[in-house]
Amino acid sequence: MTADFLVEMKQITKRFPGVLANDRVDLQVKRGEILALLGENGSGKSTLMSILSGLYRPDAGEIYVEGRKVTFKSPREAIDAGIGMVHQHFKQVDTFSVAENIILGSKEAKFLLKAGKVEKEIEELSRGYGLQVDPTAKIWQLSIAERQRVEIVKMLYRGSKLLILDEPTAVLTPQEARELFQVIRQMTARGQSIILITHKLNEVMEVADRVTVLRSGVAVATRERQQVNQRELARLMMGQDIIVPSKKNPGQFGQEVLKLESATADSDSRRPGLKDISLTVRQGEILGIAGIAGNGRRELAEVIAGLRPLSKGKILIGGKDVTNLSPLEIIEEGVSYIPEDRLGSGLVPNLGAVDNLILKEYRRPGLGRGPFINRRKAGEFAARLIQDVGVKVTGLEVPVKKLSGGNLQRLLLARELASSPKVIVAVYPVRGLDIAASEAVHKMLLEQRSKGAAIVLISEDLEELLKLSDHIGVLYKGRLMGILPVEEAEPEKIGLMMLGAQPGEVMAS
Amino acid sequence: MTQEFLITILATAITAGTPILYAALGELLAERCGILNLGVEGMMLVGAVTGFVFAVRSNDPWVGVLAAMLGGGALALVHAFLTVTLQANQVVSGLALTLFGTGLSGFIGKPYIGIPVENAFKPVTLGFLSDIPVLGPVFFHHDPLVYVTYILVPVLWFFIYYTRPGLHLRAVGENPAAADSLGVSVYRVRYLYVTLGGMLAGVGGAYLSLAYAPTWLENMTAGRGWIAVALVIFAIWNPLRAMLGSYIFGGIDALGFRAQAMGVMIPSFFLKMLPYIFTILVLIMVTRKAMANRVGAPGALGLPYDREER
Ligand SMILES: Nc1ncnc2c1ncn2[C@@H]1O[C@H](COP(=O)(O)OP(=O)(O)OP(=O)(O)O)[C@@H](O)[C@H]1O
Ligand SMILES: [Mg+2]
Repeated sequence: MTADFLVEMKQITKRFPGVLANDRVDLQVKRGEILALLGENGSGKSTLMSILSGLYRPDAGEIYVEGRKVTFKSPREAIDAGIGMVHQHFKQVDTFSVAENIILGSKEAKFLLKAGKVEKEIEELSRGYGLQVDPTAKIWQLSIAERQRVEIVKMLYRGSKLLILDEPTAVLTPQEARELFQVIRQMTARGQSIILITHKLNEVMEVADRVTVLRSGVAVATRERQQVNQRELARLMMGQDIIVPSKKNPGQFGQEVLKLESATADSDSRRPGLKDISLTVRQGEILGIAGIAGNGRRELAEVIAGLRPLSKGKILIGGKDVTNLSPLEIIEEGVSYIPEDRLGSGLVPNLGAVDNLILKEYRRPGLGRGPFINRRKAGEFAARLIQDVGVKVTGLEVPVKKLSGGNLQRLLLARELASSPKVIVAVYPVRGLDIAASEAVHKMLLEQRSKGAAIVLISEDLEELLKLSDHIGVLYKGRLMGILPVEEAEPEKIGLMMLGAQPGEVMAS
Repeated sequence: MTQEFLITILATAITAGTPILYAALGELLAERCGILNLGVEGMMLVGAVTGFVFAVRSNDPWVGVLAAMLGGGALALVHAFLTVTLQANQVVSGLALTLFGTGLSGFIGKPYIGIPVENAFKPVTLGFLSDIPVLGPVFFHHDPLVYVTYILVPVLWFFIYYTRPGLHLRAVGENPAAADSLGVSVYRVRYLYVTLGGMLAGVGGAYLSLAYAPTWLENMTAGRGWIAVALVIFAIWNPLRAMLGSYIFGGIDALGFRAQAMGVMIPSFFLKMLPYIFTILVLIMVTRKAMANRVGAPGALGLPYDREER
């Protein structure tokens, strides 16, 4: 009976200090199927899968693999049992080559590292699945999509029978996501099973065979894909109906706030950097920036935030030349920056919510005087922000790295928007967020727009750009291919521009 | 005359550099797996005194070396327990170890001050190798512990970069979570290399008390442990560069001695400062270059690892 399933989890419970992350969860995976694991931010998806992959130990519950009971004391034991996981935050050694990362800990390699042989094996294996990776490249040189492929190949190299993907599409462009789905369909055709963690309903409908829904640590339902629709899934996931997306009012543009004149900058690696970018954003305007990763999106954001020097050109804010001022001076000009890397550059992982929230505001009278900080006031200030944006925290002083992705993002936004900024630079603001949280973030951005902020929104999600932006600019190889009013920005056209076409050419064709 | 002088200086550079080289290799191993051990000075002193005591008692310097390894290793094991298992602050634990080692060695060595070792390490020649002009007298008129490093350094270098356990060692130091997720036991690797590192530091100490200046003096390492810690950075965590750095330090050390002996009118405290000043200068230069080339400290150096932490 149980042997019908490749893997079965029974009554799994996992408690973290202050949170019940998994509450008596049951989950089954069949051979050769794609099981979607659906749930909002913080519903315990990653925790449950970390238990299955041997990273965490459950407080209670049992795991069966092919009908046999197992207890994993380490990820190694799970891998040996055929279970591999690609984590939300990739577990890779940046300074190592792809091949070194893949053979790490593998039993294949004996005492000597035979780089040449391993590289060939990896190339063959990855070609077989249509996963392109260059085994000799160093991880830090790779784009996120490439790094993800490395993680998948790593598990294939170990002969995983079950591959767990934790929100794989959160970091991918739509095209890349489609390619990934192709790969996993190929894997199931070979009898391997997949667990796909997601909170995107359309993905469930597109690839999954079955779906298990988690809500607040409880498995509320498991359904066959054919027998559900998006509306029902949303209700199961959120406990309420689909949220009506926030509507954008027609733009009320004021004066020019942000102006770039022929801005040119270098990049860190082989990427092109920025070449000769000129643009203006007015009060109450959202300028969306589209482009494939590695074409200068991140560099553009960093340039405006004062984190990357210009080698040529100028940046003006409210008419004042702020070219190559320090980040602090830029902040004082009223620029808020929501970076793509929340834990790396957005928040301080080991500090609590209070300290993270006052990072920009502590100089303000009331919170601080001279070198001193008024902790009581700071606590009140933080508590108010947290309530405003609805962050779920277990305590104000608990290190923020313990928060789930969605909560981290809300916390960051709360801080960046608290000071009523003149200019907002938001990079992938809803990456990894569930529907409700994304909607909340969009609402916050639109609110800032009505308040007259000039917003630069960088996103890989065309739908998001079309929904929020007033104008859309497309970056290709560090150049701005053109800026279109959103009414003229058809997805097709933008897509071609992302590949290097001039707006004129597109219209002609 | 000048050639002879040069040969003596170079040969002394090697003897003076060898104790630091041992200690630096040990520290390099520990730091490669992510554990900073500032107890090198303490471990060297304990190595020096245990080595000396056991060599005197057994009349066999090799027994002394073995004892020094055990002494240094035992101290390092304490550090591993505190920093790996208990996740204590590595700087604090290391400093405590140095203080403790200094005191302990003084205490153990008290009755041995001024006693000579009968059977200290002596230079031995290696047949035709020692007869090569210039190179022979510079490299092959040394005691066996120097020859051991000639083998140890390239072996370690090869081990770190070209073997599977070396890969695991580096991975644990760079990103323990990645290593752990693939079944490399972070705890085991860290315990192993921290302890091995302590053993090497112990040998470095024993080299001082059994070969370089065969006697026991309180605090006889005179800051060499700290130089070793600094050299690891100069070496960019590469054993071959650690060897070079140790010899450069040894050379300047030797030069200072000679200058004094020849009656050069430079204040002696300045000469003693020289190797340290030089080390600092080199460090500044090298670190700046390393930063530009994206090579640097192991990514997880100084950080404890806890699997369920995120
Ligand atoms: N290592 C940890 N230490 C403490 N608390 C944790 C830890 N990991 C997760 N939690 C908490 O457990 C709950 C579930 O987190 P989990 O990361 O599993 O959610 P998720 O469903 O993966 O969310 P997301 O969609 O944001 O990734 C959250 O409240 C989170 O704060
Ligand atoms: Mg998660």
